Amino acid sequence: MNPVEPLKTVQSRTVVLAVADVDTDQIIPARFLTTTSREGLGAKLFHDWRYLPDGAPNPDFVLNQPAANGCRILVADRNFGCGSSREHAPWALTDYGFRAVVSSEIADIFRSNALKNGLLPIIVDADTLAWLLEHPGVEVTIDVAASTLSLPNGSVVSYPIDAFSRYCLLEGIDQLGYLRKHDNEIRRFEESRSWTP
Amino acid sequence: MSTDSPRTLFEKIWSEHVVVEETADTPAVLYIDLHLIHEVTTPQAFSLLREKGLPVRRPGLTLATMDHSTPTTPVSSFKDLEIVGEGAAKQVLRMEQNCRDFGLELLGFDSGLRGIVHVIGPELGATQPGKTIVCGDSHTSTHGAFGALAFGIGTTEVGHVLATQCLLQRKPKTLLIEVAGRLRPGVSAKDVILATIGQIGVDGGTGHVIEYRGVPISAMDMEARMTICNMSIEAGARAGMIAPDDTTFEYLEGRPRAPAGADWERAIARWRALPSDDEATFDRTVTVDADRLEPMVTFGTNPGMVVPISAPVPGDGDASFRKSLEYMQVAPNKPLTDTRVDVVFVGSCTNSRLSDLKQAAAILEGRTIASGVRMLVVPGSQQVKKAAEELGLDQIFRAAGAEWRESGCSMCLGMNGDTVPAGQLCVSTSNRNFEGRQGKGARTILASPLTAAASAVEGRVADPRRYLE
Repeated sequence: MNPVEPLKTVQSRTVVLAVADVDTDQIIPARFLTTTSREGLGAKLFHDWRYLPDGAPNPDFVLNQPAANGCRILVADRNFGCGSSREHAPWALTDYGFRAVVSSEIADIFRSNALKNGLLPIIVDADTLAWLLEHPGVEVTIDVAASTLSLPNGSVVSYPIDAFSRYCLLEGIDQLGYLRKHDNEIRRFEESRSWTP
Repeated sequence: MSTDSPRTLFEKIWSEHVVVEETADTPAVLYIDLHLIHEVTTPQAFSLLREKGLPVRRPGLTLATMDHSTPTTPVSSFKDLEIVGEGAAKQVLRMEQNCRDFGLELLGFDSGLRGIVHVIGPELGATQPGKTIVCGDSHTSTHGAFGALAFGIGTTEVGHVLATQCLLQRKPKTLLIEVAGRLRPGVSAKDVILATIGQIGVDGGTGHVIEYRGVPISAMDMEARMTICNMSIEAGARAGMIAPDDTTFEYLEGRPRAPAGADWERAIARWRALPSDDEATFDRTVTVDADRLEPMVTFGTNPGMVVPISAPVPGDGDASFRKSLEYMQVAPNKPLTDTRVDVVFVGSCTNSRLSDLKQAAAILEGRTIASGVRMLVVPGSQQVKKAAEELGLDQIFRAAGAEWRESGCSMCLGMNGDTVPAGQLCVSTSNRNFEGRQGKGARTILASPLTAAASAVEGRVADPRRYLE
């Protein structure tokens, strides 16, 4: 695994997927999980929506439209990333080139996985989401340090992110390294337990 | 929080496992008592350990098996992996290699203890009240049925647990789901949880740990409780839990990895202190009325799109709702009964334990499945398979025209070659009716084992209650 690159800002046009409850089986179908690496999954991102049964790109799917080229911010309707815990979902999104997903709700495990892979899970209020859904392709700037999303209509929207995750994103910190620094505390915890699992 | 103030089951387990308290700037370091691993979500985590030259910190707290990519066809030798495809075969071989290299016991192909990870943990008695349990699999919530704090994690976190036996976690909120009233005949745990998800929505539990409570929950055996907790994730919840009681202890006593002798007595004493204190409060409370429940069936492409079997599919909704009905080829304003069924799947970590198979067999005994229907019965573990065969259930399934398979995740997510062909409709006892979940273009109706078996007999979506008189 490569160390996560520091992520300070994302400036990009948006791709809009106006679908609610996008589950991880849509992001990356289970039959592509028989891999032992995390590279190359971008080609399978949204596979069954993106490709027709004969394997040709589905011209109706948003990622196949020319405007989607180079976009790094995905906007989706509420409850993005529900379903399984497969980290292949954020791997597929980042491998494709996305650096942020914006929705009014993002499922817990997907959110946690995204934060460990340099993919910003950005939760905005329903009005902001509605505006973004209605204005596909707008240029948006995400300032990670300020935890804000700047829209071309002039509004600057704050999004929630815990301080630790933000710090790790900004500095490209490997969370395992942080955990391992607590080795003494972990050892003491194990020695002091009243029962052993 | 002082230990004198009333606490919930979740809070008691959480606070007992905090190695380093959370602060405004940093998450808690939480100790993990049991780490379940399988072949799909671990290879990249082991690669990370190799890269960093790290060992598995506590091999004895790690339980490894293979379930997702493994074939369920009755093959004479499991070494013949060609049937599941090159990727799956490679993944399975990699799992064997990783367990060898890192000194982990693997309940693999040659083990009679192999099975779906969420079935074998409880079966072995490794799942116990008061433990923190994680796995790179969202249905880890299943183990909460024992009064454990159990939740799914990603592969990066699998690496964290392998290396440190700990996770970085923010404390979730709590949601009490009070199931009130009594269940009518033919209404099972699966129907209760489907109705609950329908009521609170597929995002209704996001950010929360659910505790289920009420007379119908207390009356359930452990297998039914596992079905309930299993689908907590389908409501978006971090975990689902049920307070441990005598039913829990009776299930665990004598199992190979449960405490024994004096340890058992000490464990029971500790476990009896776990249930939420009377005065403990939850961030939210929801009541589910059990009296009005019927067998439930999903009609859309997420588990919250669910109706009682006699009720019509809702008439209209937003664009996502219409897209969903279009995919499912389901008509609004009409019940699903009489919809033609192509495939019936009894299995998955939701409904593949012995009691599930018994329920399906009770309907199939002396009957045959409708012509043109393919029915797969996939036991949750090799031990469940053996127990079912000792009861002759395999004979009932075979005589009815169903396929009796080896254990595994199988057609729940179609990773091992067991798939529903495009366009076909499957009544499934599994947990997700997402587009293409059971195979590209497959359409899924989630239901209980009773409803699945009745639907197999009739070749259409059928109410099981007429078979229970």
